[in-house]
Formats: sequence, structure tokens, C-alpha cells
Amino acid sequence: MTPTRKRRLIAIGLILTGVGVASTIAFYSLQQNLLYFQSPSEIAEVAMPPGRQFRLGGLVKPGSVDRAKDGLSTHFIVTDGPAEIVVQYVGTLPDLFREGQGVIARGALNEEGMFMATEVLAKHDENYMPPEVADALEKTGYTVKNE
Amino acid sequence: MNPDTRKMKTDRPRKNPLVMFIHKLGSPPWFYGFTGKFVPWLWAVFTVLTVWGLYLGLIKAPPDYLQGEIYRIMYIHVPAAWMSMMIYVLMAGMGFIALIWRIRTMEIMAMNSAPIGAAFTLIALATGSLWGRPTWGTYWVWDARLTSELVLLFLYLGVIGLFKAMDEPRKAARAASLLALVGLVNLPIIHFSVKWWNTLHQGSSISLTGSKIDPSMLWPLLIMAVAMKFYYAANLITRSRVTLLQQDLRKSWTRDVIEDATPERIL
Repeated sequence: MTPTRKRRLIAIGLILTGVGVASTIAFYSLQQNLLYFQSPSEIAEVAMPPGRQFRLGGLVKPGSVDRAKDGLSTHFIVTDGPAEIVVQYVGTLPDLFREGQGVIARGALNEEGMFMATEVLAKHDENYMPPEVADALEKTGYTVKNE
Repeated sequence: MNPDTRKMKTDRPRKNPLVMFIHKLGSPPWFYGFTGKFVPWLWAVFTVLTVWGLYLGLIKAPPDYLQGEIYRIMYIHVPAAWMSMMIYVLMAGMGFIALIWRIRTMEIMAMNSAPIGAAFTLIALATGSLWGRPTWGTYWVWDARLTSELVLLFLYLGVIGLFKAMDEPRKAARAASLLALVGLVNLPIIHFSVKWWNTLHQGSSISLTGSKIDPSMLWPLLIMAVAMKFYYAANLITRSRVTLLQQDLRKSWTRDVIEDATPERIL
């Protein structure tokens, strides 16, 4: 390698190292802001004040979905295992919304600690399979695991 | 280049065949002739694989247990998203070689990669958005995966813009290559965003340890992924050959090429 090329290589190497270090530091300090949603356990930990907007993510607890008689509002429990939060939502739910499914709800807690959602999004996981395979898995007692 | 350095260059023995090959690729007439032989084959393989992959994916593969038929958009979305990242890495790699060794064909190939990569990024974002609406319930969210992929599109547009903004194509290519190299920091962020942070976008279905896609649905995806790689190679080489002819319009090798390709009655 000629001296000119070596010099260019060193210059570019230094630029890239600098950019790399700067962005690593930036990402470490921004970590918290990059979380798109928080789980029920995380909410319990920080003692979220009522009225503060945030996104709640977790699984819809099986058996907890309760559709009101007016056909618009829905109550369900979002859980991540150790902690759970009751959610109330008025509006149409996405197609993928079902018990056991991952969801992300935007809204705030009310005074009673119930989460009043203004938007509910369904999260889907990385598994893809034909219906027959899913049925067969269910029969053997293996539940298709949602995130 | 002064005559002394030119002499020194030719005298030095080059034993490594890879280094020899890269040096030969650096010669425009050799590059033009060498690529001309196989570029039609790249287009042919791309066409066959795409037709086969789409047939398997859109018709033969079974519906998904949860999403039904809509999941088939995966056969466009996932290969496009993979390509958007792979092309960026290759563009930056070729830009790196261009910056240090000043090889003109590398500059040309790095710059011609940008519009192809930008197109794949746009396809990934658009198909993802169309897929998100019926499944997640929204066209767009500002989660880490979607946002970092959007940043990738802006990086491509930045590289294209910087290249076009300067008059001298060789200097412009090197400036844009440096931007491409700096933008590499975004790639691990795109890839690991679904692991590092909570995102609406799900985690990777395919990793080094295996696939979470049923084999009956996986094969069409892999075929499409390979087809897109052939598309990139074919498109890049076709573009680069044209750029070489444009830049070397007054050189003797270009005149030979044009004369060979022109029917006699026109000459």
C-alpha cells in the first residue's frame, strides 16, 4: 500500500471511529426515549401518575375480554406475567386483536388505575404457519407462543 | 499521473488473483467487455426466479393461521427490506475502495447502487405500511424499526443528492461515498432495533439459529430473496456500463464499442 493510500485509510478510519463512538454514546443516552411502549411491570415500578399519556404493551389476558352491551366499548386486561392493568377502549379493534395476542394501547391511567385507551394496535409475532400446523400444535398441548 | 509512477505500478509483481481481478475490474474497457458477457444471464435468472418465487408464494403457499392471506405481502416486503440493507453495505464498501484506491469503476458502481437501494427501501416502507393497516391497525408508527428504515431512505437520498450536486463526477462520487460510510451506523440500528427496544414491529423470523416460518411458507421467501440479489446485480451492471460509456464518450475504447454495436448501413 502506497503512503498516500495509507494516509487516506487512516483519515477515513479516524472519521468512522469518531462517528461510531459519538453515535454509541448518543444511543446509550437516548435508550429510554426509544422505547415504543412500556409493560405493566415497568408502569408499576415507576408509579405512573394518572393522566400522563404513555403506550402500554403486553398480552391480552385470556378470558378477560368483555365487550359492553352498546357494542362499542371493550374492557380487557393487559398482562406481562407479573403485573397486569385493566384497559378500557371505545372504538373498533384491529383484526388481529384476540385473547393471548400482543397489543399496544395508547392512553393514560385514570384515578382508579384503569387505563383509558384512545388507540389499540395489535402486535404480531415472528411465527408464520398454516392453520393445520397451528391446530396440530394446539392438540399436542403446545401453545403458539406470542411475544 | 506522471510517467514514473505508472512505470512503477506495472513493474510490481501481482500474485494474489483477487487483487489481480480487482485491478482488472478497474480498467473500463475490460470491465465493459467482461460484464457484457454475463449481464443478460443475470437478467434471465432474475426473471425465472421471480416468476417461480411469486407463483409459489402467492398461489402455492398455504394461508397463515392468524393473518390468513394478507401475510403474502411478506414475499415482497421482506426481500425488499433485506436488499435495502445489503445494497447499502455494498455501496459503502465500494465507496470505501473508491476513496482509498480511487478506482473509477468502483466509484461508478457505488453511485449506481444508491438509486436501486433507495427503490428497495421505498418498496419495503410502502408494502410494510399496506401490511400494517390490516394487521396492526395502523399505516405508520414512529417505532425504532420503522423510523430507522425511513432514515435509511433519507441516507440514500442524501447520497444521490450529494453526488448530483457536484459537477465533477469523480469528486462527487468520493464525497458521496464518505457520506455513505458515515451512514453505516444506521445499519446495526435497523437490524437490532426490534431486539434492543420495544417496537410494534415484531422480531426477526429468520436468524442464524433457524426460522420461525413454516417450511412450506419459507421456500418462496428464500427464492424471492435470491431473485432480488440477481436483480440488483443485473441492474447495477447495466447502469454502470452505460455510465462508463457516457464518461468515456471521447475515448478510443468507447468508439470501438459503439462502432461494433452500430449496423454498417448507419456508419
